[in-house]
Amino acid sequence: MAHDPVVSMLGTTALLLEAHGETSLGTQQKIWSLSGQVMDWPEVLEAVPGMNNLMLCFRQPPLDPQPLVTRLLEAWHTARPMTMEGRTIELPVIYGGEAGPHMADVMAHTGLGAEEIAEIHSAPLYPVYALGSHPGYCYLGGMDHRIATPRRKTPVLKIPGGAVSIGGFQTGVSASDGPSGWNTIGTTSMVFFDVSKQPPTLLQPGDSIRFRIQQVVR
Amino acid sequence: MIEILSSTALATVQDLGRFGALGWGVSHSGAMDRLALTAGNILLGNDENCAGIEIPIFPFRVRFHQACDLVLTGADHLARLDDVPVWPWLTIHAGAGQILTIERGGPSRWQASRVYLCVAGGIDVPLALGSRSTQLRGQFGGHQGRTLQQGDRLPVGVAAQALRPVGMGIVPPALTMPLEVDATPAIRVLRAAEYAAFTDQSCVEFWAKSWKITSQSDRYGYRLAGPMIEPKYPLELRSHGIVPGVIQVPHGGQPIIQMRDAQPSGGYPKIGTVIDADLWRLGQAPIGSSVRFVEVTWAEAVRALQDVTDWLDEVRRMVALGLTVRQEAGHDQ
Repeated sequence: MAHDPVVSMLGTTALLLEAHGETSLGTQQKIWSLSGQVMDWPEVLEAVPGMNNLMLCFRQPPLDPQPLVTRLLEAWHTARPMTMEGRTIELPVIYGGEAGPHMADVMAHTGLGAEEIAEIHSAPLYPVYALGSHPGYCYLGGMDHRIATPRRKTPVLKIPGGAVSIGGFQTGVSASDGPSGWNTIGTTSMVFFDVSKQPPTLLQPGDSIRFRIQQVVR
Repeated sequence: MIEILSSTALATVQDLGRFGALGWGVSHSGAMDRLALTAGNILLGNDENCAGIEIPIFPFRVRFHQACDLVLTGADHLARLDDVPVWPWLTIHAGAGQILTIERGGPSRWQASRVYLCVAGGIDVPLALGSRSTQLRGQFGGHQGRTLQQGDRLPVGVAAQALRPVGMGIVPPALTMPLEVDATPAIRVLRAAEYAAFTDQSCVEFWAKSWKITSQSDRYGYRLAGPMIEPKYPLELRSHGIVPGVIQVPHGGQPIIQMRDAQPSGGYPKIGTVIDADLWRLGQAPIGSSVRFVEVTWAEAVRALQDVTDWLDEVRRMVALGLTVRQEAGHDQ
């Protein structure tokens, strides 16, 4: 039997299940499957997939959370990976310069040049693992670890919508202006969220993003 | 219709929050002090999830273009309807054309920052993804998805009952459920996943020292100033769901408490989570004030939530009783 995921409490509001091991699409497919299952459990208000993890918000906090945790772990071990064939959108990116104010920090951390970082960043097809952070924002899997850069010491109070950024081993595109602890390396433009639509988000888990180098500003 | 007369920023329309949309990246939002909003709605005979106006900065002035019953809950501040003083937590009737002014100050019985203007029928802005709360980041919900501005006109819903308890008052929860440590307002906290990853000294100081709520604090989160909280080793987590109350510690070592507009996911290490039962206390804590953290067990946290439920039950009981007394006394309003 593989390692049990780690389960922890987020106050009395929610619990968090975190899968073991390297971040992978296979694990994420199990997270999607588990999420679909537990959404029907009566004690669950919302099930929210993250990056190889799953948050469950309670309708009412259980007096003793242990039986729920046990049931969740059992469901995890029997969950079958759910494959979702989505669509792919391509986003042209201006890397560096004013479009990527933290490119220098990523260069300093990785020892790579701006062109190399742009090449490495735009090479993979990134599957959307989950949505979160702010309306329409996609967490992407599959970033090359050579350009991984720690989150900033203190979050930046405002980065613009369209900002392409790196936080740890992850990358993503801001869907609107707001605070962020990630390093912005470039900019693109796309409407990711429209409250009048159903669903309101452009992308769903299982869809993919491809970044194309429009320009690298040195 | 209520017209905003003051140019004060940061007031928003809020109900109890937007649920079921976290998976689209849409946070819960909702009143920072849910107890104040809920109690205000109960006092007015409203549905308990009716929207009110959350007011964090004063003076704040509105004109009622229609007669309506209202109540101010939350922080105790000086208020008047035209020239007549208005007591907080006490329902009153406003005639068409009257002006309500709320100013900071007065003989406050407790330290608090947010006033809720609740009206019979609620603020009737359209529902967006199931809620009337303002989603500032997504620019939807509430009134045009933004903070209120001078000249805004807000629709008032149809009051639920012909008979409402005007003149009903209650004692604010901060006075019936006080919580302090060494004369500093206290907030109860459960340990979070990375608690053990912080140095022993950091953990000791987290509980022992007081934490100042800095000016970089808002509905998204409270940035705190106090002793440095340091991890034993660098932590870089995968992004995961978070909820209001989660206390993250970025690499800079100064904690951030996620509040109602908090993003629904994050990746900074978590030292603890403010329990749901105490989020209203924190929601009222003024910028520049200090709080202490008190560790509780799961069982204590669940019991604290029951205390909140019991308090609201008591408000419901009082209001029902007040209605009965008024009916028997022959009031016909």
